[in-house]
Amino acid sequence: MNKTLLIIQREYFSRVKKKSFLLMTFLVPLLIIGMYALVIALSISGGDNVPTVEVIDDSGILIDGLKDKKTVKFHISSEPLEKAKQRVIGDDSAFLLYIPKDITTGGKPELFSQKKAGLSVISTIENQLNDQMRNKMLEDAGIDAATLDNIKPDFTVVSKELTLEGEKDTSSGAAMAVGFAAAILIYMSLFIYGIQVMRGIIEEKTSRIVEVVISSVRPFQLMMGKIIGIGLVGLTQFLLWIILSGTLMTVATNVLFKDKMEVVKSEMPATPQSAAVQSGPGTDLLKAIQTVEWTYILPAFIIFFFGGYMLYSALFAAVGSAVDSDTETQQFMLPITLPLLFTYIMSFSFIVNNPDSSLSFWLSIIPFTSPIAMMVRLPFGVPMWELGLSIVLLIVGFIFTTWVASRIYRIGILMYGKKVSFKELGKWFMYKG
Amino acid sequence: MLSIRNIVKQYANHRALDNVSIEVEKGSVFGLLGPNGAGKTSLIRIINQITAPDSGEVFLNGEKLNPTHISKIGYLPEERGLYKKMEIGEQMLYLAQLKGLNKADATKRIKYWFEKMEIESWWKKKVEDLSKGMQQKVQFVATVVHGPELIILDEPFSGFDPVNAQVITNEILELNNKGATIIFSTHRMESVEQLCDSIALLHKSKKILDGKVKDIKNLYRSNTYRIGFHGLLRTPESEMFIAVDHKTDDDITHLTVKVQEKYSANDVLNFFIPQVQVNEFMEVIPSMNDIFIQNVKN
Repeated sequence: MNKTLLIIQREYFSRVKKKSFLLMTFLVPLLIIGMYALVIALSISGGDNVPTVEVIDDSGILIDGLKDKKTVKFHISSEPLEKAKQRVIGDDSAFLLYIPKDITTGGKPELFSQKKAGLSVISTIENQLNDQMRNKMLEDAGIDAATLDNIKPDFTVVSKELTLEGEKDTSSGAAMAVGFAAAILIYMSLFIYGIQVMRGIIEEKTSRIVEVVISSVRPFQLMMGKIIGIGLVGLTQFLLWIILSGTLMTVATNVLFKDKMEVVKSEMPATPQSAAVQSGPGTDLLKAIQTVEWTYILPAFIIFFFGGYMLYSALFAAVGSAVDSDTETQQFMLPITLPLLFTYIMSFSFIVNNPDSSLSFWLSIIPFTSPIAMMVRLPFGVPMWELGLSIVLLIVGFIFTTWVASRIYRIGILMYGKKVSFKELGKWFMYKG
Repeated sequence: MLSIRNIVKQYANHRALDNVSIEVEKGSVFGLLGPNGAGKTSLIRIINQITAPDSGEVFLNGEKLNPTHISKIGYLPEERGLYKKMEIGEQMLYLAQLKGLNKADATKRIKYWFEKMEIESWWKKKVEDLSKGMQQKVQFVATVVHGPELIILDEPFSGFDPVNAQVITNEILELNNKGATIIFSTHRMESVEQLCDSIALLHKSKKILDGKVKDIKNLYRSNTYRIGFHGLLRTPESEMFIAVDHKTDDDITHLTVKVQEKYSANDVLNFFIPQVQVNEFMEVIPSMNDIFIQNVKN
């Protein structure tokens, strides 16, 4: 059997059989489902402790009072202000809203409480007061608020992409979310699996098995076998996560929210008009997710993950070969982590807002930054030639880093007990043979 | 069998091997001797194709060294180890397959060796559960499992307990009897003197001496003899010899003499016999260590 294949096999199976791999594989989807369930559960039940706000209205503008909301309840009081204030001091869950007489001529409403009021309480009060003020002012100006409300237009811009085949619905929000998720996943996994490569090499070096192995195979084969083997472990884990999360998600939705779904269904008459009712927030998200071109994004994700992984893990391999223990790796890690961290930060602050700018273009073309940057840009639509160029350069990039790394690796794995500097690595790189 | 010709290996500012040429005969036990840092390991790594020489060539059975030779060589490095978390049997299988055996053949041979070394029950054990002595047996099996024609052992006895060292030595000699060529590399010259047919001495990256052990020793004979006797020597001096060393314990006097050119050992013996009771008379043959020191001084 091909020796590199043997090495790949050993690296792959020795990791996949580990308990920690199984634990990670099953735990992560469970955590995702747990979070998903928690979010849904919270959004259904709402908060538990709804604060009540005592309102003293000296101005008389609150004809209808203030409407109770999910997050806050109101109670109109006719107590004198000073007495009410005294009560607030004694009770740390009490709120007191005072609306002064001169509210229409510049006076400001005041909210008293022992504890600082939450943002949602304040914004609810502000919104309602502003609405009431507006209605009163409209009335004073001779305009009927109800009429005005009826003629209020409500547009949301539907973004459509023009292609040769016709128009397509797109969703910037979903695109962003998918791009982010993919970029974060690649960023994290480059580290997780890159460091596994490094640790594996340090282990072979410190256990002194390496010289036995490289008397049978070339150092390059050993390095590549390790890199590819661990890369396949990564892909296996992703695949299992996707399958498990998908299955669990479906099961959870059906079991936990079955009743709710049925209620919704029974409430909806099966008429064409029901389509309009169906467009609740949930279905919008679903639709948005459907507009993302998965058949295009998923293969790209796999290519950029694997390409980026190959590129960076070769560098991690070089570092692993140069040191004797984990603790010595730090000085060499900085040049590896820097471009990754830089792209990661740029992705979230710049690329996502300017996916077609020239900086974004370059970041998604240069092999060291493209695995992350391209994933952020991709959902916004990237010309085929840019994608192709980026992939070709990524391949060239990883061939280059693998070549550099293997020259350092072949010397490094046989060096024991030596403190190594960058200068030393340079020397190793130049050695013949 | 193995022919090393004009090997030069240069590291940045250190020449590890300087024009080294060595011939190893088929079926011999060859000692590659020299102090630490002489270049032994560098040379062995070249034979194993772990590194390549800057210049010079190595031939195995008359063919220039190439990757097909890997399966013909068994190598026990000085820095040796095993995967700690892997089962012994699985690990042996992996290493044997890397040497080019197929799985079935490898399994059969490993079982044979495990029985021979009385370690059959270790198949499912992990290396971290074995003592150092046990690990050494496993490492030895890994070295010879593929039936190599050439077995290279770099400092094989460092860290071995005496019992294991004897077990391994016997196995090595048995393999040698069956036709395998053995190369011992060590800085402890006395340890392999008796085992080796031929040696090469490396010092400061250069080969300073090589040949058959017998021939080398003949070359370094200095006509020196040791005599042990009872009694008093009435005429202690003679033109036949020069006394180099003299000591007495328990009535026995030990005298080391260098016999002068015109005389033979028998002449000297005849000089002593009438005077004292001779208990022992033997030629002083220099040890490899003495020869080495003598060479380095020159």
